[in-house]
Amino acid sequence: MAIWCMGLALDRWRLAEGCAAGAGADAEPLALIAETAHGPRIATVNAAGAEQGVRPGAMLADARTLCPQLAVRSADPAGDLAFLENLALWAQRWGPWSALDPPDGLLVDTTGTAHLFGGEAMLLADARAQLARRGLVARAAIAPTAGAAWALAHFGPESAILEAGDDLMDRLAGLPVAALRLDDDVLLLLRRLGLKRLGDLAGIGREALARRFRNRRSPGANPLVRLDQLLGRVPEPLLPVVAAEQPMVQRRLMEPIRHRPLLDRVLADLAEDMARALEGRGEGARRLELAAWKVDGDVVVRRLEMAAATRDPAHVCRLFAARLDDLDAGFGIELVRLLAPWTEPLALAQAELDAAAERHGTSLAACIDRLTVRLGAEAVRRPLPRASHLPERAQRWAPPLEPLPGLQEDFAFHERPLKLLDRPEPIAVIYEAPDGLPRLFRWRGGVHEIARAEGPERIAPEWWRERSSVRLRDYYRIEDSTGRRYWIYRHGLAGDGRGGAPEWFLQGLCA
Amino acid sequence: MNRIEACSKVHVLSPPLPAGLRRGAVSSLSKSARWRPGIAASCRHTEVFAAGGEATGAALALALARDALGADADDQRPWLWVQDKAALRLSGRPYRPGLPEHLRHRLIHVAAANPEDALFALEEGLRCRDLAFVIGEIAANPRALDFTASRRLSLAAEKHGTALWLVRLDARSDLGSARMRWRAAAAASPPPRWNPQAPGRPAWRAELFRAHTFQPGYWTLRDDGTHLAAAPVAPDHGDLVHGIGARSLAAG
Repeated sequence: MAIWCMGLALDRWRLAEGCAAGAGADAEPLALIAETAHGPRIATVNAAGAEQGVRPGAMLADARTLCPQLAVRSADPAGDLAFLENLALWAQRWGPWSALDPPDGLLVDTTGTAHLFGGEAMLLADARAQLARRGLVARAAIAPTAGAAWALAHFGPESAILEAGDDLMDRLAGLPVAALRLDDDVLLLLRRLGLKRLGDLAGIGREALARRFRNRRSPGANPLVRLDQLLGRVPEPLLPVVAAEQPMVQRRLMEPIRHRPLLDRVLADLAEDMARALEGRGEGARRLELAAWKVDGDVVVRRLEMAAATRDPAHVCRLFAARLDDLDAGFGIELVRLLAPWTEPLALAQAELDAAAERHGTSLAACIDRLTVRLGAEAVRRPLPRASHLPERAQRWAPPLEPLPGLQEDFAFHERPLKLLDRPEPIAVIYEAPDGLPRLFRWRGGVHEIARAEGPERIAPEWWRERSSVRLRDYYRIEDSTGRRYWIYRHGLAGDGRGGAPEWFLQGLCA
Repeated sequence: MNRIEACSKVHVLSPPLPAGLRRGAVSSLSKSARWRPGIAASCRHTEVFAAGGEATGAALALALARDALGADADDQRPWLWVQDKAALRLSGRPYRPGLPEHLRHRLIHVAAANPEDALFALEEGLRCRDLAFVIGEIAANPRALDFTASRRLSLAAEKHGTALWLVRLDARSDLGSARMRWRAAAAASPPPRWNPQAPGRPAWRAELFRAHTFQPGYWTLRDDGTHLAAAPVAPDHGDLVHGIGARSLAAG
């Protein structure tokens, strides 16, 4: 069954305003506008506005010349989508699976459920009645395939039903090609080719269509694929909407609180409630959201992400304590809510006794969480190998508890320094021209006389990702007269045609 | 009879002391011991003073940490390396391919923006039971790292038994509560067998100038790949020796 909410945005606005269709604020011309790069553009317009000649897609300035008294509200596509998701869950009353069909449609799998409502006609009547009770103007149709149901809901007769035994092409031949859910440019092309009805498309033969659209891969751009989906010749996978209940606990406060100790108390209570809720589900939270509603209607949200799933109330409180320092309570907070949008399975474990925890210290995940909350996720990382022979690319930094990627083998390098400077520092070097061993170099204001050197180890640029003008590097391991060991390189060769005289850099500090 | 013999004689002859008194006696006894690589030190908080323009401090701290770990080589717990911003700029970031083979995959690195954050990270790391050891690198003498902060670190390290190796780059050896304090500088490496012109295995001149249970002294420490090797340094060698002071020459 396909459901098409014809005026979803307007219906949502009417529901929010609390007025019936054509009454109250809806009696005047009104348009919902979307901000575009070229100024406000009409997204939807109500019946009164449409009578005055305002069309969706027109610029607001043009529409105002036609209808000066046009009232304007801003459209809310994200809110519409969220509403549609809720509607899809609600629509599972008619079938076990439902899928979104953005921006304003739903697809419900009603296979084998029609008899529960007394037949398909009764099912459609029920859907129409329930949607009307919710204040939505909608059309619905039932067909053996999702494509056919969609086509009938949008372009077919009211409450159309296609039986499984019907000849689909015969029944649908009169519908326009727009019923195939094609992109606008393809529709334009079909109109220019003179193909206006589904029957026209079926009449010209598969080979001609396949040849004309042979390099269009996406179903929305290829009429033949859409036609096959409509007739059930190829499968059309749908992404069902599945309700995932997020654990949520909240406290309504009798008196608005304005002081930090009270908030800490509320947070501790919430964390314990949350721990109980999560324990009942056998889960631990990876992400937590603390929302505080203030008296003036303002909502302050603090988010927290943990390195490993946890439900330990003390740990959660401690992590949030660092995030609440800059919270402005204003005239007071009257509702605090703790939500766990991301949870992972976490089995029950032996609870730590207080004394034991004190003696044995924290676990690694708790330690990483505390560091991350104070220092930021960018500050706590671990080095992982990367398949590259360029020194600075041979390691990458990843979150500390991320598992090691599957690598066949680490690159075996000759000798590498213990530490690498973030950015190689230029040095002035006296060396045996043109490409002999270095003798003396000056770095950070000090002169280093090179006692021993090994090299060069030539590292060529990675031609498959860098430009051809990048110069190669000749690395030398050196030890100066006082025993300090460094890793320096000459950037380029004299006369390699990629710039002037080669420069020297110090990149690493050896142990 | 010199002081060492006197102490050992007291220990042999006297009956077991009550618990309250024993601690002083033991410490005065073990004070006479000389540090050597591989010796079991009860010290959990060690400071290494080194210059910023070389990797000596971090390398020596790492070598000492491996030396202290030595017994349980199959320890697979991760370890923490904390650097503040100044230290990062001075001496760079740890480089995985250059780290010892059995440590490189267990490193967790913390780049703190300031010394306060670095101290916080060090303390949190010490409290964690899943860390093998903690290495800190802090440049110069920041105001945050005073005696109180240092004592906090010592107490946390001793309470939870996690070893802390704090590298101080370009720093004065001001007041601190570390049980062992080293001063380190790079030393000429032994020439490798197959290419005498190349730098060899890393070596450092290290001066143990304050120790709770060991005699101060000088060593040339060398990383042999598997373990730490030490050669004593004659007191008149190099510029590390500042003066003999009141100690007897035999103790040097």
